[in-house]
Amino acid sequence: MEAVKGEARVLLGAPATRFSYIRDREEWLGPLMLGPAILYIVLVVGFPFFLALYYSVSDITLGSRSLGFVGLKNFTGVIGTTKFQTALKNTFVFAILSQLLVLVLGNVLALALQKDFRGKWLVRLLILLPWVAPISLGTIGWLWIVDSIYSVINWMLRAVGIFGPTFWPIWLGVPHLAMGTVIAVHVWRLLPLATVILLAGLSSIPKDIHDAAQVDGASFWRHYFQVTLPLLLPVAVVALLFGLVFAFTDMTVIYVLTRGGPYDTTQVLASLAFFTGVAGGDLAEGAAISLFLFPLLLAAAIGFLRIARRSEVV
Amino acid sequence: MATLYRVKRWLADGAHFGIVAAFTIFAAFPFYWMLITTFKRTTDLMNRTHNPFLFHEPPTLEHLRVLFYDTLYGRWLANTALVGVLVVVITLVLAVPAGYALARLTGRWGEQLGIGIFLTYLVPPTLLFIPLSRVVVGLGLQDSLWSLVLVYPSFTVPFSTWLLMGFFKAIPSDLEDAAMIDGYSRLGAFAKIVMPISIAGILTVVIFSFTLVMQEFVYALTFISPVSQYTVSVGVPTFLVHGDVYFWGSLMAGCFIASVPIAVVYNFFVDRFIAGFTVGAVK
Repeated sequence: MEAVKGEARVLLGAPATRFSYIRDREEWLGPLMLGPAILYIVLVVGFPFFLALYYSVSDITLGSRSLGFVGLKNFTGVIGTTKFQTALKNTFVFAILSQLLVLVLGNVLALALQKDFRGKWLVRLLILLPWVAPISLGTIGWLWIVDSIYSVINWMLRAVGIFGPTFWPIWLGVPHLAMGTVIAVHVWRLLPLATVILLAGLSSIPKDIHDAAQVDGASFWRHYFQVTLPLLLPVAVVALLFGLVFAFTDMTVIYVLTRGGPYDTTQVLASLAFFTGVAGGDLAEGAAISLFLFPLLLAAAIGFLRIARRSEVV
Repeated sequence: MATLYRVKRWLADGAHFGIVAAFTIFAAFPFYWMLITTFKRTTDLMNRTHNPFLFHEPPTLEHLRVLFYDTLYGRWLANTALVGVLVVVITLVLAVPAGYALARLTGRWGEQLGIGIFLTYLVPPTLLFIPLSRVVVGLGLQDSLWSLVLVYPSFTVPFSTWLLMGFFKAIPSDLEDAAMIDGYSRLGAFAKIVMPISIAGILTVVIFSFTLVMQEFVYALTFISPVSQYTVSVGVPTFLVHGDVYFWGSLMAGCFIASVPIAVVYNFFVDRFIAGFTVGAVK
């Protein structure tokens, strides 16, 4: 191949400059084209990550210039506080409950959308809205919907008689209700992604498998649980991994809706890291708190690697 | 027998319609509510005896006037667009060659490297925003939109590289081989033959990157404090929501305008994003 190309150039009389030499040497061209992207990622993702590791064992604050080594003091100090323990617990409650709901609802919705019907494109557009719209802005929409005085949800439920004339819940003002609302908004935000991923999975299942199940007389539920779901599993795992990563590390919904309140009952690790490290100026402790997210990411990364490897073999 | 079948069929269709309708309302209601609120007078909004679904007073454009003339909303939109365009350009410059190299030039280890790059997309802002805020100060970029231009490609480049790698792999390599036999260099074949037929993939990356820039909240909140330098996703929730006074009409208008148009465009490309998201678990 190389010889043929060289010959072709001789025939065409192209000048064999040093540059054209590089343009054809693939063992050089590959790294040259890949290099800038890798360099950028190393500088803007890799370097700050190690900086975060270093900050977490230092005594850096926003005001001071000192960067002394203090060992694991930040970690041991922060683990003991109730603020941190609440945030850790909340993070798990928040991420796991919202992702369970997203998976179940996403499956139902994907099955419903698999069928063709009139106006499907419009339905798909509307269902995707929460995922595409800037999350901070969509959340403000919810802030208005669950407003303490003018909540339209309360108004509707009262109008149909579910809420009595004196019952008017303040969605973001009561601990359990606030957590419920935050989870609901997160489900709203991540459901579209899970649904379209699952939908892609559903439509990749060969039709003859469904036909065979039908011919064998499988009922709807049996068909779903013994044929569709096992084939959908790898895709469902992908949807779950994305959802977990986004849910474990997001602070936007909580920042806009509750700022962690009432009484830190909706504070999660990501928002606590922000309030400690940026708003509070204690960079070292903030970095330590956010590093607790890292093992979760590592687990997710390993999950993705396993899926990627398996799909190459198939 | 035939009627029983018809009743069953009718029930199944009804259930299907109900499920689709319920989910659609859940997803779209906040945006519908933004739209309604935008055109309602404040006295109408703030009256608890009024049915919130109806207009009891004539619609008004006052909230839009306030949004565009009395706040910096227009400026925030312009800031967002500027950062968006610059980030898209940087993303293309870095990700297009990288995606091609991973698809064609690096062989087996390139595939591993591709997955590695993809995984950096998962590193969340909440892990990096504290050290990056110091880096930004160190470079003298605090309170400047340039800090966002510097940092945002960290989440657009990995995913775009991954998307483009898949896209380039789907192009038959015979095309380039033929071009190279005709005397093109590898680079020439890439620029003259592969790029023109990859417009769809490149457009996908453009839309995807721009949407991510519009959505980003944590970095912009951390790096920038002057109101005039906000992007729209930070300006609306921090500046228009202050204290106990909520300008609900203008707030909702601001949210709706920045949310819905981009979503309509995104919708055309969604299948390609999903192909990237599924990491090859869907063939």
